[in-house]
Amino acid sequence: MSVTLDIRLKRANKVYHEGETVAGVILLVCREALQHHGITLSMEGLVNLQLSSKSVGVFEAFYNSVKPIQLISSNIEVAKAGKVPAGKTEIPFEFPLNTKGNKVLYETYHGVFVNIQYTLRCDMKRSLLAKDLSRNCEFIVHSQPQKAKVVPTPVNFTITPDTLQNIRERTALPKFLIRGHLDATNCVISQPLTGEVVVENSDVPIKSIELQLVRVETCGCAEGYARDATEIQNIQIAEGDVCHSLAIPIYMVFPRLFTCPTLETTNFKVEFEVNIVIVLHDDHLITENFPLKLCRV
Amino acid sequence: MAAVQWRSRGRNYDAELQRCRPEAALVEFGDYHPLKPIMVTDTKTRRGTRKGSTSSSSSSSSSAPADPLSSMLDGTDPLSMFAAASASEAPAMSHSVSAGDLGRKKREKEEEVVGADFEPWSSKRGEILARFTTTEKLSINLCMGSDKGKAPSPGSAVSEKVRTRLEELDDLEEGSQRELLNLSQQDYANRIEELNQSLKEAWASDQKVRALKIVIQCSKLLSDTSVIQFYPSKFVLITDILDTFGRLVYDRIWTMCSDPRPLPDSFTVDDVNDTAKETCLNWFFKIASIRELLPRLYVEAAILKCNRFLNKSGIQETLPRLTAMIRGIGDPLVAAYTRAYLCRVGMEVAPHLKDSLNRNFFDLLGTFRQISGDSVQNQLVLQRVEVPEYLTLYSPAINWILQCIAYRAPELLLTEMMDRCKKLGNNALLLNSVMRAFRPEFVAARATDFIGMIKDCDEAGFPKHLLFGSLGRSLACADPPESERLTILNEAWKVVTKVRNPQDYVNCAEIWVEFTCRHFTKREVNTVLADIIKHMTPDRAFEDAYPQLQSVIRKILTYFHDFSLLFSMERFLPFLDMFQKDSVRVEVCRSIMEVFIKHQVEPTRDPVILNAMLHICKTMHDSVNALTLDDEKRSLALLIIGFIRMVSFGRDFEQQLSFCVEARATFCNLEPVLVQLIHTVNQLAMETSTVMRGSHSRKTAAFVRACAAYSFITVPSLSSIFSRLSLYLLSGQVALANQCLSQADAFLKAAVSILPEVPRSISVEGKLRSSESFLLDFINNFLATLLVVPDHPEHGVLYLVRGLLNMVQDYTWEDNSDAKVRVYVSALPLLAAMSQETYLYSIPKVDSNETLYGGDPKFLSEINKLCETLIGQILDHLKALGRDEQSTRRQCALAFSLFGVLLAHGDLRNNKLSQLAVNLWNLSHKHGYCETRISVRTLEYIKHQAHLPDMTHLTDTVQRLALQSRT
Repeated sequence: MSVTLDIRLKRANKVYHEGETVAGVILLVCREALQHHGITLSMEGLVNLQLSSKSVGVFEAFYNSVKPIQLISSNIEVAKAGKVPAGKTEIPFEFPLNTKGNKVLYETYHGVFVNIQYTLRCDMKRSLLAKDLSRNCEFIVHSQPQKAKVVPTPVNFTITPDTLQNIRERTALPKFLIRGHLDATNCVISQPLTGEVVVENSDVPIKSIELQLVRVETCGCAEGYARDATEIQNIQIAEGDVCHSLAIPIYMVFPRLFTCPTLETTNFKVEFEVNIVIVLHDDHLITENFPLKLCRV
Repeated sequence: MAAVQWRSRGRNYDAELQRCRPEAALVEFGDYHPLKPIMVTDTKTRRGTRKGSTSSSSSSSSSAPADPLSSMLDGTDPLSMFAAASASEAPAMSHSVSAGDLGRKKREKEEEVVGADFEPWSSKRGEILARFTTTEKLSINLCMGSDKGKAPSPGSAVSEKVRTRLEELDDLEEGSQRELLNLSQQDYANRIEELNQSLKEAWASDQKVRALKIVIQCSKLLSDTSVIQFYPSKFVLITDILDTFGRLVYDRIWTMCSDPRPLPDSFTVDDVNDTAKETCLNWFFKIASIRELLPRLYVEAAILKCNRFLNKSGIQETLPRLTAMIRGIGDPLVAAYTRAYLCRVGMEVAPHLKDSLNRNFFDLLGTFRQISGDSVQNQLVLQRVEVPEYLTLYSPAINWILQCIAYRAPELLLTEMMDRCKKLGNNALLLNSVMRAFRPEFVAARATDFIGMIKDCDEAGFPKHLLFGSLGRSLACADPPESERLTILNEAWKVVTKVRNPQDYVNCAEIWVEFTCRHFTKREVNTVLADIIKHMTPDRAFEDAYPQLQSVIRKILTYFHDFSLLFSMERFLPFLDMFQKDSVRVEVCRSIMEVFIKHQVEPTRDPVILNAMLHICKTMHDSVNALTLDDEKRSLALLIIGFIRMVSFGRDFEQQLSFCVEARATFCNLEPVLVQLIHTVNQLAMETSTVMRGSHSRKTAAFVRACAAYSFITVPSLSSIFSRLSLYLLSGQVALANQCLSQADAFLKAAVSILPEVPRSISVEGKLRSSESFLLDFINNFLATLLVVPDHPEHGVLYLVRGLLNMVQDYTWEDNSDAKVRVYVSALPLLAAMSQETYLYSIPKVDSNETLYGGDPKFLSEINKLCETLIGQILDHLKALGRDEQSTRRQCALAFSLFGVLLAHGDLRNNKLSQLAVNLWNLSHKHGYCETRISVRTLEYIKHQAHLPDMTHLTDTVQRLALQSRT
């Protein structure tokens, strides 16, 4: 006897905001009438924090993971114990996305050490002989648009051998001059990061120019806090020895789920940075770092 | 049955003819007759009176004699009506059509926006693949795994060995990283096609991620410029895959929206449902996170069209962005081709967005200095590629971009583009593309300017002959101002003639031949031909240039239809001599012949034409050998026949005959030609006779005898027995008509003598068929001729008839066949006709047997005796048929036909004959196989005949003929 249990949300993109109602149906498909001991549906929003092994040591990281922070939780009984008729049964449901007290619904974010996730879970209890059925479904929460106007704060940059730090041998460095700008460091998350980079001149041919999007996650805990920067994605914007003094566009779409508006709470922080990485043909790596502030409008 | 006595019925042919002639009924004006042209003068008043004439009542008042068949259809023919209907019904039917088809249809529609005069990419494709080839070994480097390239973290517990093994397992699964080395060009193309297939398979089996991976890997191959000569072809192959991918994605999203009913062609964003939008968005997010620049660009360009599902301005915003992003590609060649691809997609999806096209071109100009940069130069040195060759690699891309820009562009823009090119120091590569891509009219109008620019280009870079080639191509389609034409030709040819390499030379010269033919006379063309000969003869360079030389001939033939002019060109025949490979030579001759047949309207006797054409035809003829296919032979023969028919020496018949003699010697291997020659000669004899009004002078008599002799000695060389037979008969008739009695005798005798050679089955259109029906036809035809052939004084009476009948008797007919007896039955009417006082027909100035024998009783009794023998034979056969149950039907048919002959030709006053007739009637009705309708009509006919004077005796006979009822 095969039964399938599924949760279908009304919105195709599964994106909801605080104050809205998460609506959808529980879909049951079975060939014969099905006896059960009740169907429940729960909604939960959690922040999972994990300590990086680098900052606190392997064992602590393993055992001492910080307790998850619950953002929202509610439970309803969809159906009392009884029978589901054979065929396709749709049970509609609605959950209001309202927080209790002064809690805020953070935006969905999938990171390495910080995870903010919202799920719907449907459980069907059954008799002893049959296994209980359950189904998880993630939905996405977008935080409320920021009220204050976004000031783009563009930034210009010039990279020459002289502007570099962390160099082993300054003398071995070839000559180059790279200029450019980012149109904004205060970015709207739904809009791409844009700007331009111009290779004015370079003694050694360029091998590649890349944009590296980095997340900086900070978890606070009893022992202090751990701050870790990891790469989200790396996008190549130039390949090979590009034409000199021709503006090459900087363009990067912020990936969904892996980015969220910059977040700062008492327990944890999620921030983003972008690195412009220039690889020279002799494998010299030149990196210029720009902290970003993401927001939603 | 006792022997029958034959008496032929006396006939008065004139009277019979009078009786049979129907009264001529005049067709009233306006009455319906199917063969009358439709002519409606006054439709309204007439309409009421005409009742049965529905088909002509169409109110078309065309006074021209319209074809009755075509007038049945009003306007369009049914096929094109269907086509039109299916085109308009397409949206209505689309429920049954798969969405893929729909998408395709849509695309076709949209391409129409571009218009038919835009040369599509598909036509360039093949050309590029053919032109950019390599013999070097190629490699494909695919890594399907996501991040296999990462170095393993050092502190890992698993040993190296185990890890590599695990990875190998993974490799097998996903086919992750493979490097295929040492591929030949063909292998490479096959591999790419395989990838194309696996893309489609992956898509069909719902492995969308795998499909995307394949596409990404493929586009990554485009960043590899090793074996740079092959790059344009590689681009073509790989963009095919990208196109496939773009189509698949678009069609899929399209299907998602087509529930419950398909999207209209001009759908807007609002018509698209959320799921489809989400899927589409997902694709774009996925592609936006592709790490490498080149795949990201290509794949996004491939699905550019999907932006239509998301928002109105998507394409408009994406195109300029992608255009700008191409600047990030370092290698100028790779960048140029990426631009070409973007333009190609842009033209297909949004042809109205011209700005990004222009942007692309200007960016391209901006990066031109890179070509002389170190990176490129080092690469060329490494790959041992010369700069001129490298530059030509750009042509397809730049041509395409410029073609997109120039398409329906205002004159102003083109001028601006040209100025920009000029500013770049007359870059030859650009100049070449400008000439290729811009409208020929535009180029032609400025031809002199262009020549100036070409001259200014520096020699080291792009080869000049290519530039002149491009210019020539434009000038072949559009005319430069009249006054400049000669200067242009002189200037161009000055350069062309200096090209050293014969291949380069001929490529260029071939193009300019068209211009020369178009605007100049035979003199200039002759000069050009002479120059080509001069260049191509040393070292037998022409051997490698047959296609180009052939094209030269083709072009000349398009413009020169006057063959006397053509052949009077001194260098034309020497030019033909350069085609020394047999197959090519024949092909050239063939094309000349085709044009000749098409355009030579008047018969000719021009010795120049005749000599040249004979030469050409001989070449074609000589190419025939044992291995030549039948079809080939047939078509060659047709061409030669076409020539022979065009030869006429007017009144100079003798010369015509001697031409035929020569032609026979020349074309002895092609039977159809020989047949045609015999016909020609026969016709010649008849024409002579017409000219002499039937009475030959001594000279013309000798001439027609010569004609007969010609035919007589030509016929035996034919292998087809039936053509021999019919030609003997025909020539015999012609000889007879020209009073050459002994010749006619010889022809007919020859025909009779080869009768036994007729095989029992012949091959007709490749199938083996019984020859019986052909033979019967021929014999009947022959018998009809024999009526007028006078007996030879030295041979016995009815020598030829007897000879024929003897041959028929001895011929090995098929078993179980009545053919022999059928011949006998049909010989009876001949014999009956021979015994008349005046014959049914005769040949003027030839005395037939009627006059020779003058109704001599001895002659008549000979005939009767012969008839009796024949009837005896027939009756024997009938008897034999009676013995067998199965052959009763044949017996009945045969008996009935003999009855018919007796009725028509026998004198039934004779009791015995009339008794025989009655017996035959009964025999034929004995088994009930006779068709009652025919019997009834026969009876009616006899009754009708019986009313006529002299025929009253038939009344008796009729009474004795019982009509058997079916039951």
